[in-house]
Amino acid sequence: MSAIYNASRRDFLKTSVLAGGGLILGFTLPGAARFAEAASVFSPNAYIRIASNGRITVVCGLSEMGQGVHTAIPMLVAEELDADWSSIEVKQAPADPAFNNPIFGMQATGGSTSVRGHWEPMRKAGAAARAMLVAAAAGKWKSKPSDCRTEKGMVVHKSGKKLSYGRLAHAAAKLAVPAEVKLKNAKDFRILGTSMKRLDTPAKVNGTAKFGLDVRLPGMLTAVMARPPVPGGKVVSVDDAKAKAIPGVRQVVQIPGGVAVLAEGFWAAKQGRDALEIKWDDGPNAALSSEGVSRMLTEGAGKGGAVGRSAGDVGLSVAKRLQAVYEAPYLAHACMEPMNATVWVKPDEIEVWAGTQSQGPSQGILGKVGGIAPGKVKVHTMYLGGGFGRRFAPDFTVDATLLSKISGKPVQLVYTREDDMKAYFYRPASVTRFVGGLDSRGKAVSLSASVASPSIMEASGFMKLPPDGVDQMAVEGIKDCPYDIPNLRVEYARREPGVQVWFWRSVGHSQNLFFLESFVDEMAVAAAMDPYEFRRELLSKQPRYKGVLELAAQKAEWGKPLPAGVHRGIAVAQSFGSYVAEVAEVSVGKDGKVKVHRIVGAVDCGMTVNPEIVRRQVESAVVYGLSAALYGRISFKDGRVEQSNFHDYPVLRIDEMPRVEVHIAASTELPGGMGEPGLPPLAPALTNAIFAATGKRVRKLPIDSDQLKHA
Amino acid sequence: MISLSINGKKIKVKDSPDKPLLWVLRDTLGMTGTKFGCGVALCGACTVHLDGEPVRSCSVPLSAAAGKKVVTIEAIAANSVGKVVQAAWVKHDVPQCGYCQSGQIMSATALLAKNKKPSDADIDAAMSGNICRCGTYNQIRAAINDAAQAMSKGGRT
Repeated sequence: MSAIYNASRRDFLKTSVLAGGGLILGFTLPGAARFAEAASVFSPNAYIRIASNGRITVVCGLSEMGQGVHTAIPMLVAEELDADWSSIEVKQAPADPAFNNPIFGMQATGGSTSVRGHWEPMRKAGAAARAMLVAAAAGKWKSKPSDCRTEKGMVVHKSGKKLSYGRLAHAAAKLAVPAEVKLKNAKDFRILGTSMKRLDTPAKVNGTAKFGLDVRLPGMLTAVMARPPVPGGKVVSVDDAKAKAIPGVRQVVQIPGGVAVLAEGFWAAKQGRDALEIKWDDGPNAALSSEGVSRMLTEGAGKGGAVGRSAGDVGLSVAKRLQAVYEAPYLAHACMEPMNATVWVKPDEIEVWAGTQSQGPSQGILGKVGGIAPGKVKVHTMYLGGGFGRRFAPDFTVDATLLSKISGKPVQLVYTREDDMKAYFYRPASVTRFVGGLDSRGKAVSLSASVASPSIMEASGFMKLPPDGVDQMAVEGIKDCPYDIPNLRVEYARREPGVQVWFWRSVGHSQNLFFLESFVDEMAVAAAMDPYEFRRELLSKQPRYKGVLELAAQKAEWGKPLPAGVHRGIAVAQSFGSYVAEVAEVSVGKDGKVKVHRIVGAVDCGMTVNPEIVRRQVESAVVYGLSAALYGRISFKDGRVEQSNFHDYPVLRIDEMPRVEVHIAASTELPGGMGEPGLPPLAPALTNAIFAATGKRVRKLPIDSDQLKHA
Repeated sequence: MISLSINGKKIKVKDSPDKPLLWVLRDTLGMTGTKFGCGVALCGACTVHLDGEPVRSCSVPLSAAAGKKVVTIEAIAANSVGKVVQAAWVKHDVPQCGYCQSGQIMSATALLAKNKKPSDADIDAAMSGNICRCGTYNQIRAAINDAAQAMSKGGRT
């Protein structure tokens, strides 16, 4: 990638280290003063504003990308505040250290961390506000706080007197924030655990919800860029005469990321970009091909590498040994809203409007790019038209900042769908070689896995490969294999074909659980055992895995005959603190075409904030996973990405949509993440069902229906 | 100058006749409810009504919209069917990221305006041009069925 990008990645690292100093302690944060509005508004901390009319605004530092965080975070606050849910509004926070994600130590949304990281701080923020409102009421009544209780936005005295939070806001604002607060016992929850309606729905059904692409500023220019067609390529020469002749085109600017046409509106900018005549030097990756990537990774998996886990002796003598090599491709995120950012570099500050998952680190990066202190970078987080990890990346905000700085104008940089598809930041391609051993009774006694893939940790710019040389994200889901197999070894061979890789919904789990749960199915077949019973026996010491496996099997009526031609497959996985098992019901036509009839999911995500949002997230992950398993592939030829739009990178449509059922296991454990964990078991449940239907084992994604043709 | 009727208002624009309607709406007129997704009529995010027919505005040149009635998401509540569809979308909490939903609602409204009781196959045919990457398809189907039922009772969802 470009020099600027590399420079900014280093800064990304610095920023996150600086910001990583400590955890947020909820209400003890300084921050209220910076966010205080009128004196009549009670803002005990950065997250809550209670107006005298009783409206309660929860200020949310996390990005809403469909996962429901703009509903979940207010629910955490409202529970402990004892608010009336109908009085709650949500507002997007600016970029500010007060809103750092406690798990990351920086303000960012990803890794299914939002509820896990804010479960306690946001409840404490609500509880602190509640305590202050109670104290204010007690003061007015010349009574003791212990004689008061709260209920749906009211403080109620034991005598029956009541005062609304709105009427108490002014008095509460004058009180000190309590140093310690008591949180509710889970059995007293009234809002948490219920399916409150999403707060963002009304704006998303009438066209008023504002996404990054919807930002309109006076004097704003729209930029569309030509980027090197081969990763690492460079501009040799540009003839922009034809581009500049297009009405509305104002400027052509060359930056390290490519050549940008700045114009009045998208249409002129795109026409201008398409009219550029550029000679490119394709650089060292000119011969990059998918076959070459596949060879490199297969060689790596065969050779092995750094040891991530080792128990017992995988070389022991066994009754039956089996081995297989699995492969997954690069994948694009293909968010519905193509990447974009609007930036205005002014003399003394930078304003950024973007659907971003990383507003905190963006302050440091863009400050560096624009030559301004990070604190002078104002980030307005817009709704994200899909994120899935892609919007954690800084490419679009960095380039928009450079273009605004050079042009002196507010600039909205827009990726066309084709630009977005070809802009890298892909889920890494990966190859894993397994060897498994069964004893004479068919019990799995050994398993070794050798994973070869690029390193996301190194590619991220804010993490490093750990000293043991094992990229955690390359092996996650295999390294933590839960099955009770006494001899187990996991190795990682880092191979770098030269393509920028990135986080993609569920990261390493997205391919590794397909690998592992398929190979476990192969072991079950080799042991002549039912794949559900085979897993269940090996999970006897893993109650949460076993619990969701049994729940999914029970709800799908595992073992009960299905209509002719329909077959089942099952898989189970843990990721981001949540456990999910899925059963797929599938038929395969004579033409090899796969039809998915139904997916039954079971999830243990600990205590549930909003059950309907949990179910929808699993369903969403199922659809995302189905698109990838059935169709998803980014391939290279002569250094160039072969896919460009939804005709050659197809995704699931409504006519292919299976029925989806999601069952939530009751749990008193702390909450797990939910944006991603529904995805990992999908592909193996699907391909295990395909094996049941056809006897053919899918070891490479996407599924190739030509290989599944049968008479 | 090209004359247009957008959401019942007569508007004149100076844009060139080949500029897609999508960019006339979004850039010339600042009406950003209609979304850009793919630019080549593959995803449905830019769906609007042209004389009542659902069209992909990214692929309709301004000249083709001249003199016809354009309706966008911003005015869909003024349409009796659109109002019921919107209410069904709220009732089922359909959107996740929400980016495709303007187009989904425009396609669903056009379907129900012509077909008061669509079958699953009718829904597939009318809605398979609209991609949703969050996977809200089952909720979209449920909301359409609910809206159809509400219309048959002459009421709201």
